[in-house]
Amino acid sequence: MSVTRETVAKIASLARIRMGEPELDRMVPELNGILEWVEQLGEVDCSGVEPMTAVIPQKLRLRDDVVDADPLTGGGVREEVLANAPAPEHGFFGVPKVIE
Amino acid sequence: MTESTYRIRGATGDWEVVIGLEVHAQVTSKAKLFSGAATAFGAEPNAQVSLVDAAMPGMLPVPNRECIRQAVRTGMAIDAQINKWSRFDRKNYFYADLPQGYQISQLYHPLVGEGSLVVEADEKAGIPADKRIGIERIHVEQDAGKLMHDQHPTMSYVDLNRSGVALMEIVSRPDMRSPAEAGAYVRKLRSILRYVGSCDGNMEEGSMRADVNVSVRKPGDEFGTRTETKNVNSVRFVMQTIEHEARRQVDLIEDGGKVVQETRLFDPSTGTTRSMRSKEDAHDYRYFPDPDLLPLELDDAFLDECRESLPELPDAKRRRYVEDLGLSAYNAQVLTAEVETARWFEALLLETATAQGKQPADVAKQAANWLISEFFGALNKAGHELEDSPVGHAQAAELLALIGKGTISGSIAKQVLEKMLETGDGAAAIVEREGLKQESDSGAIEAAVDKILADNADKVEQYKAGKEALFGFFVGQTMKAMQGKGNPQVVNEVLKAKLG
Repeated sequence: MSVTRETVAKIASLARIRMGEPELDRMVPELNGILEWVEQLGEVDCSGVEPMTAVIPQKLRLRDDVVDADPLTGGGVREEVLANAPAPEHGFFGVPKVIE
Repeated sequence: MTESTYRIRGATGDWEVVIGLEVHAQVTSKAKLFSGAATAFGAEPNAQVSLVDAAMPGMLPVPNRECIRQAVRTGMAIDAQINKWSRFDRKNYFYADLPQGYQISQLYHPLVGEGSLVVEADEKAGIPADKRIGIERIHVEQDAGKLMHDQHPTMSYVDLNRSGVALMEIVSRPDMRSPAEAGAYVRKLRSILRYVGSCDGNMEEGSMRADVNVSVRKPGDEFGTRTETKNVNSVRFVMQTIEHEARRQVDLIEDGGKVVQETRLFDPSTGTTRSMRSKEDAHDYRYFPDPDLLPLELDDAFLDECRESLPELPDAKRRRYVEDLGLSAYNAQVLTAEVETARWFEALLLETATAQGKQPADVAKQAANWLISEFFGALNKAGHELEDSPVGHAQAAELLALIGKGTISGSIAKQVLEKMLETGDGAAAIVEREGLKQESDSGAIEAAVDKILADNADKVEQYKAGKEALFGFFVGQTMKAMQGKGNPQVVNEVLKAKLG
């Protein structure tokens, strides 16, 4: 599997990463090198082996339906949430006008 | 499947409409799907946003058990396959209401698989009995934030309170063939969600909204190309979207054009849809399993609790009302469509049976008829809903007992009910205070009848000469003379005897 220059340009655009011509020149062989390297895994016969989801056996934990049980993951922290916003206004995030 | 006969008439013949719906239903929970922030409606902007919902670096999502539980219960309520092993995926796109840059959803391994529901038969709308609509899947995902465009000349405002709230996406099979069937499907789904308690079904507040997929074809042909109209938020708008979109597609094809697979928007002010003209790569979501979340594995104990906590569902309830309580199919349908109505009826039934010392089945017809033909109308006239009714089940049962015992007649009961809604007083107190007790004493009735007959000697002659239609006139006059309090049965008997 390999990627073309067009594919790389498209992925960059979807990821909102600006990429000029010189960067594309560099990135295409670099990505293809990585893909080639990973492709070696295809040589291993893993039929009948379940995909591994974690390196140590553990299960997904669920939380109880309690509001603000843990201050780290609860609400009511508007100041902190807005602290890094470039244009907070009246408690909202202000962003350049976006209308479909 | 029973076939619908709904057709769009075109220049080249009749066209069939094929409809599938993706319904987004907000899961009823106190906290969000992956964080502890609150979900309550109407809070100050960004007051219910955690660092997880704002996608701060290093924060990890942990699923809310209740959201999973409600989605599983919903799946069970539509007889769906429940997947004990499911997984979350990332759906990648950029928008100002999505701080993560991806929505956590379930594409490849949804929590709930194949199920179905039966929509209400409606002969007038061409919906046959037992019309079953397939449901392909239900998966759990995060809602996005809310954008406001009209608060500032050059900026949009973002409120992330809704960001991360749990949604169920309920995806139907393309099994509907008319706007009426689609409307009936949404109504039935909403009814089930409310019975289960997994979503409040409030379409006005956006807790339930539908993406409407429509295509047209000549009957028997392959499916045509479909369009998807996003975020339609009422049953009526769903039906309008389908009507408009089907007509548009038929006209387009017959004019030599081609339907383009695209996303469209419904405009409620005109009842039409228009293209969203999104960029062609907008749908390249590059889904992949979310590395922050392990697969979701459910054990039997969890599923057992989900199943055991399900209430009696509308179809079962309706069958029971007909078979055990002897209600008409129509009454059973009216009383079971909304869970609030069914709860009210059952409470009334219990109180009525107790008040009259009878079995519920023996007073069910009386209670059902009164609720549907008297109470709903009076309540509506007084400007109330069942939820804020000034007359509770116990008071209603007291009124029904007075009718049952013959203390008041049905027509007097109407007046009493109006007074109850107005004042909040009990039925017996009103009857006592206003002197509305029914007169069953034949002596008093005989006196009234004698007077009427004496005053209308000419009519009595005519009646005796064969004009039997006048009997109703005598009954009416007697009742009027007695201010409506005469026991109609006794009045009839006395009149019959006197007119011989």
